[in-house]
Amino acid sequence: MNDVTGMPQTAVVIGGGSDIALATLRLLAKRRLRRVVLLGRNEEALNEAAELLKGAGVEDVMTTIFDVSDVAHASEIVEKTVALLGTIDLVFVAAGFLGDANLEVIDPEIVAHSIATNFTGPAAVMTAFAQRLTRQGYGRIVVLSSVAGVRVRKANFVYGSAKAGLDGFAQGLDDALAKTGLSVMIVRPGFVHSKMTFGLKAAPMATTPEAVAQAIVRGLETGASVVWAPASLMWVFGVLVHLPRKLWRLIPG
Amino acid sequence: MTSNQSDIFVGWGRSNGTGARHLRPLNMREVDALVEESSMCIARGLGRAYGDAAQCAGGTVIDCTGLSEILAFDVTHGVIRVEAGCSLDQLSRYSVSRGWFVPVTPGTAFVTIGGAVAADVHGKNHHREGSIARYVEEICIATPEGPRIISPNQEPELFWATCGGMGLTGVITEVSLRLVPIATSSISVDTDRAQDLEACMEMLASGDERYRYSVAWIDARKSGRGLGRAIVTRGDHADVDDLVGTQRNIPLAYNHVQRLSVPFTPPVSVVNALTLPAFNSLWYHKAPKHRVNEIQSMNAFFYPLDMLGDWNRLYGPKGFTQYQMVVPFGAEQVVRYTIERLQEAGSPSTLAVLKRFGEGDLAPLSFPMLGWTLALDIPLGSPSLGMALDDCDRHVANAGGRVYLAKDGRMRPELMREMYPRLDQFIEICHRTDPRGVFVSDLSRRIGLTPMPPTHRKGMTP
Repeated sequence: MNDVTGMPQTAVVIGGGSDIALATLRLLAKRRLRRVVLLGRNEEALNEAAELLKGAGVEDVMTTIFDVSDVAHASEIVEKTVALLGTIDLVFVAAGFLGDANLEVIDPEIVAHSIATNFTGPAAVMTAFAQRLTRQGYGRIVVLSSVAGVRVRKANFVYGSAKAGLDGFAQGLDDALAKTGLSVMIVRPGFVHSKMTFGLKAAPMATTPEAVAQAIVRGLETGASVVWAPASLMWVFGVLVHLPRKLWRLIPG
Repeated sequence: MTSNQSDIFVGWGRSNGTGARHLRPLNMREVDALVEESSMCIARGLGRAYGDAAQCAGGTVIDCTGLSEILAFDVTHGVIRVEAGCSLDQLSRYSVSRGWFVPVTPGTAFVTIGGAVAADVHGKNHHREGSIARYVEEICIATPEGPRIISPNQEPELFWATCGGMGLTGVITEVSLRLVPIATSSISVDTDRAQDLEACMEMLASGDERYRYSVAWIDARKSGRGLGRAIVTRGDHADVDDLVGTQRNIPLAYNHVQRLSVPFTPPVSVVNALTLPAFNSLWYHKAPKHRVNEIQSMNAFFYPLDMLGDWNRLYGPKGFTQYQMVVPFGAEQVVRYTIERLQEAGSPSTLAVLKRFGEGDLAPLSFPMLGWTLALDIPLGSPSLGMALDDCDRHVANAGGRVYLAKDGRMRPELMREMYPRLDQFIEICHRTDPRGVFVSDLSRRIGLTPMPPTHRKGMTP
């Protein structure tokens, strides 16, 4: 069960190898988190994450291979998770894939794959969990969006547009879940130094998975519906969204 | 049955709501039938538990307010038999004019008798007269195996597990309660100001024998030298001779009215760092330094907050919680630590109440024990609150104390066995009366008051 300070005891992570998810769970383990299911594509990454979480004090960590774009199996994976955890306090949707946005490199399949991993897959899985959790009467869904989706730019427009879709979907889902005991919290990090961005040039106001994790835990404690990391990005993007396209497209990299 | 729908249930703190089927039985037969067909349920009264004690996410909440008849009253012995959904207010309306009052009352009259017994509530007289279980002659509970009648003599184990058992042994449907005789419906009150925590504790300790009712309101915002400055109010039921003028003509008048009500939830808490210091200061300085034998109505003395209906809305959409703990005498420093730790975390507390408990009772989950009890109302939504309260828990447990389950919404489950050493005995009794594990609340699942459901256990194997 979640407590009045927003701290969960059980959690499932979609994209269980994610640096941000892992950092968040490690913080939550210091509080109430005791049982976790990690879902992801990469068995090795899941096992590594599981070991880390056990070291951080999570009593029970279970892993299952699941590709978020595998929409056909979304409901099945939800049932399996419920069977493992009993009740699910927190669903953390952290799956994502940055990929390329260079027109000379991408092809229709790459675009479709990116959108499946960043938008349609997560949206489908969130739907399946939301429906199942409505029966359980409560639950918190945390979804990793990105400032890349707040205003899409040419450097990562495939990823950014998918996140824009996911962000909008999550807002609508949260509204649809009003008066069910469930809620959705949207996390919009800026550039994060992580596995996903390894080797890329950092954007201004770059942050770390640990800092994003702290912002997420704070969001859970304060009952936030949107979390920016760092928080100041809310003001920055409040301005940037109004920048004329002609100027916006000049932003390099 | 008057309703069958899904609702979101919250505690008095208006936070962390969960969805459940809402059923409101109107007689005992309906309760029995409900318990029999439910796979997961918990009883609910007037929803005054601050946390998640009367919530059952994904299950059924049995709303007992439809069972509110007064069944019998033995005038010679002052024993009243009521349905469990009868409120203290309703009971007093019946009994006070006849010269009898509830032996133990919490700070609101808007609790049900069933809820009061399930939480084994205490009042301002605990140091002398114990908690409510001491006055319960008989309870009727609905269990999955049919109704059971229990008392201190008949199935004493189940009786004591039910008192303070947070509804987890069954649905309390009827209670026989021994009332206390009163000559008037007034209280003769002495009020004193104490300039700091030490003075306050000394004042309370020295008055244990003299006063039947005693309590201290602490300005929990005040730090430094005046930390713990307090208004101490103590009193006893007044005699007819204490009354003046027209009061003497109707010494047993009972008129509990809500003067005002908070009509909506403000968008932010109006209890905040700006309003609190001013309010607390005003409250403190408004009280007389020393005043004796002031005649107050019982309602003004016991239930000052009841005059403002829905006052919990003042905390805004994020709600609030109450942290109530008890530590043995000798662990006074934990009381100070708790106040200081919450100040440090920047969590302002409006109402902080300090009082002394007498000996606890036989109930394995009953809260009171010999020592100091401190209760603080705290707005939710601060990111530093959770950790601060976890730190307080640790200090309380180390001192051999505990937190009150009827107020709790967040305690560390790992400390449950330390704080309530008879927990396993309680779980075993529950398991015997309710082998299918039908009685489950959000509270019981959160801190492990009932055995884990089978699906839960299956997940434990790697």
